[in-house]
Amino acid sequence: MSGSLRRIHAVVMRHVYVLRSSVPRLLELVYWPTVQMVLWGMITKFVATESSLVATAGGLFLAAVLLWDTLFRCQLGVSLTFLEEMWSRHLGHLFISPLRPHELVLGMYLVSLIRTLIGVGGAALLAIPLFDFWIGAALGPALVAFFAAMVVFGWAMGLMIAAMVLRLGLAAESLAWGFVFLLQPLSGVFYPVATLPGFLQPLAWMLPSAWVFEGMREVLLEGRFDAGLLAGAFLANLVWLAVAAVVFVVLFRQARDRGLLLQVGE
Amino acid sequence: MSPRPAIVARDLTKRFGAVEAVAGLSFVVPPGSTTALLGANGAGKTTTLAMLLGLLAPSAGAIEVLGARMPDERYRALARINFSSPYVDLPLRLTVRQNLLVHAGLYGVPRPAERIARLAAELDLAPFLDRPTGRLSAGQKTRVALAKALVNEPELLLLDEPTASLDPDTADQLRGWLERYRAARGATILLASHNMAEVERLADHVLMLKRGRLVDEGSPAGLIARYGRNDLEEVFLEIARRPAEVPG
Repeated sequence: MSGSLRRIHAVVMRHVYVLRSSVPRLLELVYWPTVQMVLWGMITKFVATESSLVATAGGLFLAAVLLWDTLFRCQLGVSLTFLEEMWSRHLGHLFISPLRPHELVLGMYLVSLIRTLIGVGGAALLAIPLFDFWIGAALGPALVAFFAAMVVFGWAMGLMIAAMVLRLGLAAESLAWGFVFLLQPLSGVFYPVATLPGFLQPLAWMLPSAWVFEGMREVLLEGRFDAGLLAGAFLANLVWLAVAAVVFVVLFRQARDRGLLLQVGE
Repeated sequence: MSPRPAIVARDLTKRFGAVEAVAGLSFVVPPGSTTALLGANGAGKTTTLAMLLGLLAPSAGAIEVLGARMPDERYRALARINFSSPYVDLPLRLTVRQNLLVHAGLYGVPRPAERIARLAAELDLAPFLDRPTGRLSAGQKTRVALAKALVNEPELLLLDEPTASLDPDTADQLRGWLERYRAARGATILLASHNMAEVERLADHVLMLKRGRLVDEGSPAGLIARYGRNDLEEVFLEIARRPAEVPG
């Protein structure tokens, strides 16, 4: 294993050790996605009796809530991985080791992916016995692309929030839980972007999530996969990843300048 | 030709707004030596260590550590350095072994299991190697912190108040380990402390800091003789209580 891979592996293992040693932590990963899934599954069952649209595409809400949770859990996974280092006053040790900032970020991305696969994957599997719904069958191969787009957007959001917490201190940690929900109404999770007021629609198209949910509805309602919508999602993701990298580098330099890398913690 | 210094600091300055935490500090740490940064609280010891490690960007001045310009060339040096401080911790939920494995990975230590077994034997960690770090006593945690700092067998070890909050017995053991490590590895140690007995025992050279400036330096015995005092604590008190010089 090369030096860089060993360092990334070490970052990942530091968090895997924590997950492995705590059953409550593992259950917590699955708990909230499952609660959301059950809630929207019940709403779907009720609305399906009243609406031909939902009756035709029974997985509309369930697929939406699982994909939204993919974004949220990935963002939270990156942010919490970073916050955990701050809470345990471990950042100083990381930054005086040969670990490069981009290796730390890649490690955090992998940890967030593991957390998301456990949490959202668990909820998706539970939807089979509970609601006779398997998202893989509903979306087909497009699921992989939609999932990947949401993961990458979650990474970008998570990195920006981590950088803001580093710069502003742990008083800003609530951003990790709340920030992404600002984007939910704009993302068209449960309704088309066209439903939004005209002045908000250009903002919505700046979000990869809006492209993904439009694409998801194309598959579920029209039975066709629109590659253009997916391309829009990945293009927007490239922009957000670049923005997140710039924000991280700028705020990291400010933190280094102000001595925040050593004196962080509860 | 004399060997290259382990650390060279030239006109090192750090300002936080209007406050000058370190003001034009210049010093050289020879390889294989133990040098102590001595000063009262707020003298600039931790700030200096943070700049040497690349954790803090200097406002002015230049630093060279093991031949690498900091912070620009820090990755040339960081694998050969390590650090311990009361300002940083190891994750408390991880066991001692897991923490050491993580840091062995970060430093690219070959055969980490063997290295950890050796450290466990040298520092008496074996009885609690698989216990969560958060469940250890203060003395045990200090030994684990030292094991982490030695995991990559550093050429340069930076220690910030290494025996703070330790009982005299544990502090004495730790000093013994540091002496043995330096002798065996030929390592350089830079420690920040206000424990005079520790500095007298460990250090070859003392840098006396006051309000971010170097006010005096020399060997412990040399300083004691120059000030006509009985021990380093009396020298420290004389310097600390001396009225500040008014510029101009």
